Amino acid sequence: MNAIFKDHEVSLRVQTKWWTNRIAIYATLLIWAAICLFPIFWTITTSFKLAPDVMKGNLIPWWDFTPRWKGWESIGLSPRLIGEVSTVREEFFKRFWNSTVVSISASLLAVILGSLAAYGLSRFSYRFGFMKNSDISFFFLSQMILPPVVLALPFLVLYKSLGLLDSRIGLILLYTLMVLPIVIWIMRDQFQGIPIELEEAALVDGLGIWGAFLQIVMPIALPGMVAAFILSLVLCWNEYFFAALLTSTNATTLPVMVASQTGSQGINWWSMAALSSAAILPLVIVAIVLEKYIIKGMAAGAVK
Amino acid sequence: MNTDGDLLHTVTTDNISDSRKRLGKLMVWGTALFCVMLALQQTIYQSGRASIGFETWRPILYAYMLWATALCAAQVIVNGEKGKRTLFVLPAALFVISLVVFPLLFALYISFTDWNLASPKGPQPNGWDNLVQMWNDSFYWNALTNMVYYVLAVSVEYVIAFGLALLLNAQISARKFFRIVFLLPLMLSPVAVSWMIGKSMLEVRFGPISRIIRDLGGEPTFFGNPEIARFMIMAMDAWTFIPFMMIMLLAGLQALPSEVLEASKVDGASGWQSFKEIIFPLMLPVSVTAVVIRIIFKLKLADIIINVTSGGPGGATDSVTSFIFREYRDRSNVGYGTLLAMVYLVLIVIFVTLLLKLVSRWMERPA
Repeated sequence: MNAIFKDHEVSLRVQTKWWTNRIAIYATLLIWAAICLFPIFWTITTSFKLAPDVMKGNLIPWWDFTPRWKGWESIGLSPRLIGEVSTVREEFFKRFWNSTVVSISASLLAVILGSLAAYGLSRFSYRFGFMKNSDISFFFLSQMILPPVVLALPFLVLYKSLGLLDSRIGLILLYTLMVLPIVIWIMRDQFQGIPIELEEAALVDGLGIWGAFLQIVMPIALPGMVAAFILSLVLCWNEYFFAALLTSTNATTLPVMVASQTGSQGINWWSMAALSSAAILPLVIVAIVLEKYIIKGMAAGAVK
Repeated sequence: MNTDGDLLHTVTTDNISDSRKRLGKLMVWGTALFCVMLALQQTIYQSGRASIGFETWRPILYAYMLWATALCAAQVIVNGEKGKRTLFVLPAALFVISLVVFPLLFALYISFTDWNLASPKGPQPNGWDNLVQMWNDSFYWNALTNMVYYVLAVSVEYVIAFGLALLLNAQISARKFFRIVFLLPLMLSPVAVSWMIGKSMLEVRFGPISRIIRDLGGEPTFFGNPEIARFMIMAMDAWTFIPFMMIMLLAGLQALPSEVLEASKVDGASGWQSFKEIIFPLMLPVSVTAVVIRIIFKLKLADIIINVTSGGPGGATDSVTSFIFREYRDRSNVGYGTLLAMVYLVLIVIFVTLLLKLVSRWMERPA
């Protein structure tokens, strides 16, 4: 049938329309992909450039400039320097380690606290004074609108008197607070999707409510918890404001290090580019490997 | 969505002896008393009237944590099975209350003092002086006006994000590749972005974008002109956060009932018609959630501004957060800065409440 009508004028018109449509869709997708990728490409290639390459605006490696390790040498991460002792590299790894410890512990703490609270709120009815379940949920979620700047100065003074200024624990506590509402939001959605009959069966079989939660519900909700964890990890890793105010030498995280170098480097773009690439690469890898979970986390709650 | 119902109802017969109840109460009150005593002792020590005390307040923090643990444990000891249920929510609630409510009360106090970290006197209450100063501070009002522009920019971001979500939802190959690529900007830290784009790509002499503009015969200025500088900040922020809305909208699109879309196709609706009459109305709830959350994030905008323009030129790109950040960083004006932050919080709460009210009223009467 198709073969007969293929050259008909109407079907030709449909075909051209279909093709223009296709081309338009892919062109837009490709343009936006270029917009997303170019800054990353730019940063990574710049980290292999020398001063003349930067000034001439060379773009494509091996074609209009030869990649050199100069930028990476400035943070002690080039093949030549990798065996030697380098103070810059130690400095970099110290910041990297701080970022890792702070963001992983804060996310973990937030996921534990948040999952428990979200589970409780989705299963039992509470009454704390005048607050019922919906009020408690609202109380937790309303923390999202709290701008960090309101808490920053009181925390500065508070941490000073507690001796927590410039310590990882101080940052962990604050970051946990910052991501907790988001975790509760995601997890509440997850738990509401799990049928209560499962726990009822577990209770009948003799488990307590905590046993039912830990042995029956937790394994089912695990993907959701991973999603919440990854999303918190991204937010904590990139946090700058609190870290800039509350840390000075010991506990500074990577964003603070990057920010402190931007002003002083001038046209030494290669070293800034190397530092920026090293700071963004872990999350780029996380995004590529765990994309499924990130999307799951952000989609939760969007669709009721 | 039923959140108030007792969904998982358990009936238990708890026989809790009086002595057990007494033990629980003793634990809570004992540790609370201990914590208060320590705090009192430390206050007296710091004011110089006692010789015994700690170097920092950290031991009081430990005592407070002891009290919090005792409070959680006492729930189970006193209330039995009911307490085990409370234990789900209590840790998170205690955590948030101690880290938000106390600092907020403290902030309220310092916002009415003339505290400057550089001054040796410490905080001195100064009544309404800070408010008067704020009223006359044209830079603060300027920052607030900028926030209005920044929030309005969300509408453009929404249109772009919706378009991208529609494209990703279309019949395309390599969808996973595009999804990952589109997601990437969200993963990058705003600080890195402000160097990558703001400080190098938009650099006037050697940046690739200035080069293109110069080749086209223009004269590149990005952060010299107030309007262009503000636009550039908006663009950078949009670049990082469009994926966020895009993914929420994509999730909404994928959850649309396919029967309705097919029915509209059978009835002969064109692409634009089915978008206007079916997809967009069905997507309203998701859109509203995405936009509201995006606005909430936008109200915290600071990192990029601090690192790229530090508010310049002449405060044209300042957001409230970056303005207060500099007020603290450059002038150590804790008292005044905190007052500005508190006023901002009040404004935000009013704004978001109104927004949610409006949205919920509007959603009840779909157009």
